[in-house]
Amino acid sequence: MSDAGGGIPPVQPYGQPEGKLPDPEESFSARLALAQRAGGLVAPLLTVVIAFVMGGLVVLITTGKNPLKTYQAIFEGAGLNWFFQIPWDFDSVAAFNLQQTLIQTTTFNLVGLAVAFAFRCGLFNIGGQGQYLAGAILAVWIGSSFQDLNPYLHVGLAIVIGTLAGALIAGIAGFLKATVGAHEVISTIMLNWIVLWVGVYLFGLGGPLQNDTQTSVPVSNDVAEGAKLHVFWGDPLLQGLHIGIFFALGALIVYSILLNRTTLGYGVKAVGFNPEAARYGGISVARNYFLAMAISGAFAGLAGAIDILGWQFRLSTGDVQTSVVGFTGIAVALLGRNTAIGTGLAALLFGALFTGTSTRNLDPDIFQPELASNLTLLIQGLVVLFVGVDLAVLWLLGRLRRKGTATA
Amino acid sequence: MPERSLVLEMRHITKRFPGIVANDDIGLDLVEGEVHALLGENGAGKSTLMNILYGLYHPDEGEILIKGKPVRLGSPNAAIDAGVGMVHQHFMLIPVMTVAENIVLAQEPTTAGVFLDISEAERRVKEISDRYGLAVDPHARIDRITVGQQQRVEILKALYREADILVLDEPTAVLTPQEARELFEVIRGLTERGKSIIFISHKLNEVLEIADRITVLRRGKLIETLPAEGATEESLARLMVGREVLLRVAKTPAHPAEPLLEVEDLRVVDDRGIEKVRGISLEVRAGEIVGIAGIDGNGQSELIDAMTGLMPVESGTVRLAGDEVTTESARGHLEAGLGHIPEDRQRRGLVLEYSIAENIALHDYRAAPASRFGWLFPRRLVERARALIREFDVRGGGPTTRAGGLSGGNQQKVVLAREIDRDPRVLIAAQPTRGLDVGAIEFVHRRLIEERDEGRAILLVSLELDEVLSLSDRVLVMFEGEIAGEFPPTASEEELGIAMTGGRRSGVAA
Repeated sequence: MSDAGGGIPPVQPYGQPEGKLPDPEESFSARLALAQRAGGLVAPLLTVVIAFVMGGLVVLITTGKNPLKTYQAIFEGAGLNWFFQIPWDFDSVAAFNLQQTLIQTTTFNLVGLAVAFAFRCGLFNIGGQGQYLAGAILAVWIGSSFQDLNPYLHVGLAIVIGTLAGALIAGIAGFLKATVGAHEVISTIMLNWIVLWVGVYLFGLGGPLQNDTQTSVPVSNDVAEGAKLHVFWGDPLLQGLHIGIFFALGALIVYSILLNRTTLGYGVKAVGFNPEAARYGGISVARNYFLAMAISGAFAGLAGAIDILGWQFRLSTGDVQTSVVGFTGIAVALLGRNTAIGTGLAALLFGALFTGTSTRNLDPDIFQPELASNLTLLIQGLVVLFVGVDLAVLWLLGRLRRKGTATA
Repeated sequence: MPERSLVLEMRHITKRFPGIVANDDIGLDLVEGEVHALLGENGAGKSTLMNILYGLYHPDEGEILIKGKPVRLGSPNAAIDAGVGMVHQHFMLIPVMTVAENIVLAQEPTTAGVFLDISEAERRVKEISDRYGLAVDPHARIDRITVGQQQRVEILKALYREADILVLDEPTAVLTPQEARELFEVIRGLTERGKSIIFISHKLNEVLEIADRITVLRRGKLIETLPAEGATEESLARLMVGREVLLRVAKTPAHPAEPLLEVEDLRVVDDRGIEKVRGISLEVRAGEIVGIAGIDGNGQSELIDAMTGLMPVESGTVRLAGDEVTTESARGHLEAGLGHIPEDRQRRGLVLEYSIAENIALHDYRAAPASRFGWLFPRRLVERARALIREFDVRGGGPTTRAGGLSGGNQQKVVLAREIDRDPRVLIAAQPTRGLDVGAIEFVHRRLIEERDEGRAILLVSLELDEVLSLSDRVLVMFEGEIAGEFPPTASEEELGIAMTGGRRSGVAA
């Protein structure tokens, strides 16, 4: 059992038990830990496969259509076929679809990181939705005010304020957890509702941020031209791909560096792995709860700001009440195993699913529109359900191995 | 040995796990009425062998004969039917049920086939306990009786199921010296009545006292089966470890200098409002080891937590190297010169998911050279860890190995390395050798003495009496949150045992 990771050669010494297996409990947890590290890729992939197979079964049973054709339609609706249409045509329909997928991916990526960061500190931030909305509300306010501001300053200001708004909302939950021990699941859900109804009030008829000219519609003013994010692929009027995706990619790098290369990340992870050991080590658990929540909220707030400045440009009370992107972040983080790369890939998957099943892309002959968006939610739900699948994989592997040794 | 029949033979038992042979061609036999001790370090294969006997594992090779007949022990139930009874180190009793209810559990006498016949159950329990001299009150609730009595209930449970072969797994680990003595009386009574006992332990003196024969395992192999007569602690330790071991650390007289840890009239109240530390004053000087002995749960944990800033203090003061730190945070204590080897290295001492290097940085990752302006230098952590791994002889991995992947002894070495490398003035060592095997214990003990001689003030809190006695220069006994007496290290275990149970409050005046 040499598990030497460094330069010291594994020796067979006196104090070292020659195996970790004799104790059945120890062996199980040891193997579980191993599987969680080694199976880091297997388990999420398997989760996705199972979710897709079950989703396909639902398609088959409820509509009688060929699930493979359905999935092909989603694949094409998401624009992923663009990659295979060589030479690449940057103005094709597939290109347009791909742009929409990447816009969605940007959002999911950021809300996914929000949930993932809190997870790394042992906290379940279920309030990504409220933090996302807080970022969006502040961004729409800043973006639609100051009409003649320098565009760089305007965009920067809206993004910073939106990000801080998310951090503040989540920071409240972190503060409550740190000081009085209020459970973050409860407080973040309550904050979701607070933000939602504040938004409804702000953009509602006669509300302080309601549209100045369309006084009969509960919607905000539009973001000023100068505050919109630059579109670098596709037609800005047709919702082309904006530069927000680079913020999302940057956030992945920041997330990874923050966790792995800074003292802040060390403290956050230590508290997440073992708060008692952190406390013993002189790390303030309360401080890290607050920081982790605030940083988590900052990712979600950034997502809200970028959606407003990138493609939405306005918020209505209806948007505020129907948006669920923050909750998708939970599935993204779970599937991505709270790692930067995993979250990015999971965000791409969900971005493609949501775009691919949006009804405008679908041919009713192979896909019933009623099923379309529900299929995505179904798959999302299955992914969350199968988060524990690594345990099942572990059990299966263990059985296979036992069978292998028994026949050997 | 008179002619008595073999009740158990385990022949050529081999059990492999992926990557390791836990039992390699082991043979063990048990004569009727004998106590056969099974000795070996952690991971030597004792538990595997006993789990095979108890039907939890199936051997890859080999056979088991009980009373001369080959048996297949497919499950614990099969083992029980074959007459094997197991008393685990951690009792498997239901606290809110009575002694009798626990004993008959799953094999209850019934009336009309469905109703528990409690008076019949109590009668049978009484009968068995009388027959084997195991006095217990059948009506008492498990959570109201002492640990020693709970152990008797476990033994009675096995006897009720008509076990002829009793496996006792580290039975004295949870007992006071007096209770251990009583257990030995019970064991002798059982063997006189024809029961045969496999006694698992790592305490050499006990094994020599109670066993007729001793089998030593090392790294899954049978080293030797020898009669207890003629064996010595030294010879057994050598067989177990495979080299010479110093059982009692050699140490020179202490030269205590200035007081570095001063505790005055300390009171600590736990979160349920119960006063756990009731006015304790103590002092540890540079260059001495003060030991605190006591039975688990007499306020030792709370005393340690309060002295290290991990639990609020109700009243009183704590001084570290002259600075008052009573109300400081844990970090404040560390910065004032405290090193703390915690009671539970897995729950508190280590972040098991972190690497050795990261764990070594636990207290000072925020300062140079580990980091600067919040930027961590992982390579520097690794370099420092590499040096300490060498110095403290941590085996089983390098700096980037997960701490959770190390054996208990090596985990403890990592903790020790971290605490000592910070060059603390005061070192509080709580149960520093819990769960470690002979080789690792020797290492920890030697290192603690060395640190004492370096001029550190060391407070040793341990439940192991012989550890306290062999390391300490002065011994304090804690009972119900108070210091029940101070003793010189030459005091006998009996004297201390009496103070530990509150029997007498004396000793040399503090």
